[in-house]
Amino acid sequence: MMAARHPEPDTTRTDAAVGDGYLRDEALLKVRNLEVRFRRSGRTIEAVAGISIDVVSGETLGLVGESGCGKTTTGRAILRLLPAGNSRISGSVEYGGEDLGSLSKARMRAVRRHLQMIFQDPLSSFNPRRKVWDIVGEGLAIQGVSKKETAKRTEAVLSEVGMSRAMVEGRRPHEFSGGQCQRIAIARVLALEPDLIVCDEPVASLDVSVQAQVINLLQDIRETRNLALIFISHDLAVVRSVSDRVAVMYMGKIVEIGEADLIYGRPAHPYTRTLLEAVPMPDVNVKLKPAAVGTEMPSPSRPPSGCRFRTRCPRAQEVCEAVEPLLRRMPQGQFAACHFPHDEPAPGALGMRESGPGAVGEAPPIRPTDIRESANDRYRSTA
Amino acid sequence: MEGSADGVLVKVEGLSCVFGSGDSLTRVLCDVDLTVGRSRTLGLVGESGSGKSMLMKSILGIAPRSARIDGKVTFNGTDLSTLGEGQRRRFLGRRVGIVFQNSATSLNPFVRVGRQIEEASRYHFGLSKAQGKKLSIELMGAVGLPDPAECYEQYPHQFSGGMKQRIMIATALACKPDLLIADEATTALDVTVQKQVLDLLQSLQEERQMSMILVTHNLGIVAGRTDEAAVMYGGRIVERGPTEALFRDPRHRYTAALLEAIPRADQPAHTRLQSIPGRPPDVLRPIPGCPFAPRCTAVEAQCIERMPAVAKTADERHSFACYAPVGEGSRGPAAASGAQTGGG
Repeated sequence: MMAARHPEPDTTRTDAAVGDGYLRDEALLKVRNLEVRFRRSGRTIEAVAGISIDVVSGETLGLVGESGCGKTTTGRAILRLLPAGNSRISGSVEYGGEDLGSLSKARMRAVRRHLQMIFQDPLSSFNPRRKVWDIVGEGLAIQGVSKKETAKRTEAVLSEVGMSRAMVEGRRPHEFSGGQCQRIAIARVLALEPDLIVCDEPVASLDVSVQAQVINLLQDIRETRNLALIFISHDLAVVRSVSDRVAVMYMGKIVEIGEADLIYGRPAHPYTRTLLEAVPMPDVNVKLKPAAVGTEMPSPSRPPSGCRFRTRCPRAQEVCEAVEPLLRRMPQGQFAACHFPHDEPAPGALGMRESGPGAVGEAPPIRPTDIRESANDRYRSTA
Repeated sequence: MEGSADGVLVKVEGLSCVFGSGDSLTRVLCDVDLTVGRSRTLGLVGESGSGKSMLMKSILGIAPRSARIDGKVTFNGTDLSTLGEGQRRRFLGRRVGIVFQNSATSLNPFVRVGRQIEEASRYHFGLSKAQGKKLSIELMGAVGLPDPAECYEQYPHQFSGGMKQRIMIATALACKPDLLIADEATTALDVTVQKQVLDLLQSLQEERQMSMILVTHNLGIVAGRTDEAAVMYGGRIVERGPTEALFRDPRHRYTAALLEAIPRADQPAHTRLQSIPGRPPDVLRPIPGCPFAPRCTAVEAQCIERMPAVAKTADERHSFACYAPVGEGSRGPAAASGAQTGGG
């Protein structure tokens, strides 16, 4: 009954404005329409619902979102690290002209050397019974590098991450602190001389004082080796400090993607704003006023119709329920999937600091652009 | 009731906590002084292993039995060391509420949440079943659980992380406490949910005129939501004072370094962070002097030999323990960027 009152999904308009303007042909890694489905107790959960991203050499793409939004699954799906048994992946992941999905096991192993991953908890991703020296050289051994060469390269990468042969010789992972373990994980990955590293929450388990060391290290190696990084994190401040571009995910979809300065300075999607406003800032000038009780993410097995964020969105209108917004270019430059996007600077401490400290949490007035206006008008005329 | 006239609810003086003896002596807390004002919020910041949680446990007398605790804790004018264990439990149980980091392990999975919320108040105030249920439902409404009457009958696993944390808060509020301790209560939550839970704590604190201690490693949480702040490092409070003064004019080298090490959402990409070399101190191998000395850029010989005495700044309430403090008025990075907006 409700649905009948809604305007027809106007695909012609959206398609013209949409698309893949943010995707690049020359990219090192191209992910196109990636979908990942898990089967859990008879139900299918769409963890990643059709996302397209790409990364060029030397670039860092930040991937942010709340837990359960599919950011880790995306990272693992790119590297084909998901368990084959209960997951179904569709879409394409192309690296250096090859579709990783169609590669043989042997070929994939050869390609993996160029695509590496750093995990959140290094201690649990190492074999506790192996010596650190062997852990760092393990990748090289698998790739068939000679023992002598492996030792040489292991020593070189250890010094690159600020450790030495003497520090690790004969010792096992538990003898090192969290920050050191993360350095070892980075060394292990660097030994293979990859082109791209997927970093999954690499500093989330570290203390603030050690976190800065690891972030700086990642920045240094990115620069000296011209590495591409996909930096997955729930910490928006960390992502900001490392990323050239940022993609914001919500319930398996990208809701906004673009230059980091734009995403943080003039975020278009209400979800991006919600996330940014929730970041506690170490700034005593930002006085926080308690806001009304908010809502939580709906169950991923039953995502809402239309825009998936509409159940939590302060700007949601009926068109959001009927028509799923597609990613399209915003006037300020980035791409966002929203019927009623923002175009003013981010309030308060974030972004341009134009609206001053008091503005945090105040809902800015809606200033619809012509496109949005037409969507609204059509809704009103049919209502 | 008794009470102290100076507006202080909790006063901790010279609190120390050690495990073991002789060679295996582990000093977890060392000569800690702290006060919590009535209806004020204190932020207790420190990295993992700095002794934050142990300090809370020592104050409440729920530290492990193998710990030896010295020092004086006064709560609302009552010296807690004069109370026996049972007396202390009855005294503090109804005056202090605590919310732990991991609500999933703090709640009993076999007991309906409503029963868990009312449990403490039925014990302390002898409420009947019906009264308890009424209170429980009221509290669930107050912490923003949708449809409290229905929630009353549900089990913990039926709630999300943020909702479980709300249940924990309701449990902590059941006895109308004078002091609410949130020990890393929002660390495991997403930023958006973290904000909701912190907002809730803050409005409850204002509404009920409670005192609150926010224990956290996140300086951002402390900056926006507390009146006073204390920074812990290696089992000591190295600096404490009004939150604003502490962030604007950090005096201890550790506080200043920590403020510079945090990545900030308003910095441009690829900003190099000021990292702190080395790693947090090992409690098993303590140094006699300042615990931060091995990582400090301004370390002097005396820093390693003796712990510096607590010095006060021009503002009586702001104190720090450092031989070579950051100069007064040399603003920390957080304050500097904020000050520009303030002036503009």
